[in-house]
Amino acid sequence: MSTNKASRIGEEIWKTRVDKVNAELVTLTYGTIVAQLCQDYNSDYQEVNKQLDKMGYNIGMRLIEDFLAKSGVGRCANFRETADMIAKVGFKIFLNVAPTVTNWTSDNNQFSLIFDDNPLADFVELPDDGRAQDELWFSNILCGVLRGSLEMVQVQIEAHFVSDVLRGDDTTEMRVSLVRYIEDEMPPEEE
Amino acid sequence: MAAPRHSAMLSISNNVGTPQSTSSDKTQIAQPQSPAQTPGLRVPSNRKTIYDRHLNRSRNAELSRASFAYLFAEMVTYAQRRVTGIQDLEKRLNEQGYPLGLRLLDLLFYRATSTSSSALSSSSTSSSPPNRPLRILALLHLIHGPLWRLLFQRSADALEHSVSPDTPNEYMITDNDPLVNTYISVPREMSMLNCAAYIAGVIEGVCDGCGFEAKVSAHNQPTEMWPSRTVFLVRFGDTVMEREKVLERQGVK
Repeated sequence: MSTNKASRIGEEIWKTRVDKVNAELVTLTYGTIVAQLCQDYNSDYQEVNKQLDKMGYNIGMRLIEDFLAKSGVGRCANFRETADMIAKVGFKIFLNVAPTVTNWTSDNNQFSLIFDDNPLADFVELPDDGRAQDELWFSNILCGVLRGSLEMVQVQIEAHFVSDVLRGDDTTEMRVSLVRYIEDEMPPEEE
Repeated sequence: MAAPRHSAMLSISNNVGTPQSTSSDKTQIAQPQSPAQTPGLRVPSNRKTIYDRHLNRSRNAELSRASFAYLFAEMVTYAQRRVTGIQDLEKRLNEQGYPLGLRLLDLLFYRATSTSSSALSSSSTSSSPPNRPLRILALLHLIHGPLWRLLFQRSADALEHSVSPDTPNEYMITDNDPLVNTYISVPREMSMLNCAAYIAGVIEGVCDGCGFEAKVSAHNQPTEMWPSRTVFLVRFGDTVMEREKVLERQGVK
């Protein structure tokens, strides 16, 4: 399936099959979650990143059902197709953005998602404490969402942000790597 | 015109309220600043910062309701792991909503002035820019109407004053079907819990931000037709009630 086709599917679903809510309510709610974590962990941003990733993982495990039900798409033929599906259909349905897929490695096992827009980070400025801009990945929940949802369709990945406009970088970029396709049944997870 | 003083507003959560382009004449809070201040935050060279985008950009933007439900559910689950009882949990949710209320208040006023619409007509005349409400009723109308519309794209369903003579400081705002509770199923043994405590916190923030000290709580009041009907009980402090009487004598509206 081509990137364009994936984009069309994403647009179509967003327009016709997605219940909407005011974007600011979502943005602000996510903001309070991150703020609360920073408070609870005394601005230990590594720990905040970890917690956000965990929350995302929990969300991803449930979100995949919704994704499959709404999109009706089948199994991807390869990891490149998976990438388009994530960027043009998944992100479109749930965040109304369609990040660019780029920077593939030659073995087709790693790519980057570049976000021009990130609704989670609207209204946000990181604390000026000399650390947050070096340590906190504000939107880290998204990494967990990808990890959780793909694991449910037997694709084990690793995802992390490598740059973020909130940190003063020119782009917001997430790096996604294929670890392996899970062959047998699900490994037990206690999260 | 002096540049807006961003540094004094730094905070991890969502900084709604001080747009670069229009703020100098509208920011109402004086922000003290230390003289030996160095700009600490790095900004992208393409200047993609909150100060460079219009505050109304996301005004009519929409996101998936599912995304909200997922985030809110995680927020509740996370809070639940760190508390011992229902009251504690509601308190925590309330505290998470509170700072939003403070900031949404600024956003509401900013938008009302920038569009000169009648969105806040209940608290102002149409010719002058809207003022912050001085009287309780104006404030409650602001919450019942504009605030609810900003968050949920509709007004709240009812606004009532306590009929009991013992509690003239109590007001009730009703939402027949609160969005925040749509995807929350509360276990039977926690039937007192109402996760709209989060929204109660938002309301409390708006009240406090306006100078009306209040405690706000969310209560289940189901009816046959509206099983998740929720009443937000707003209890104003004594000082507010005293001031209200003075203002009434002076004919302030």
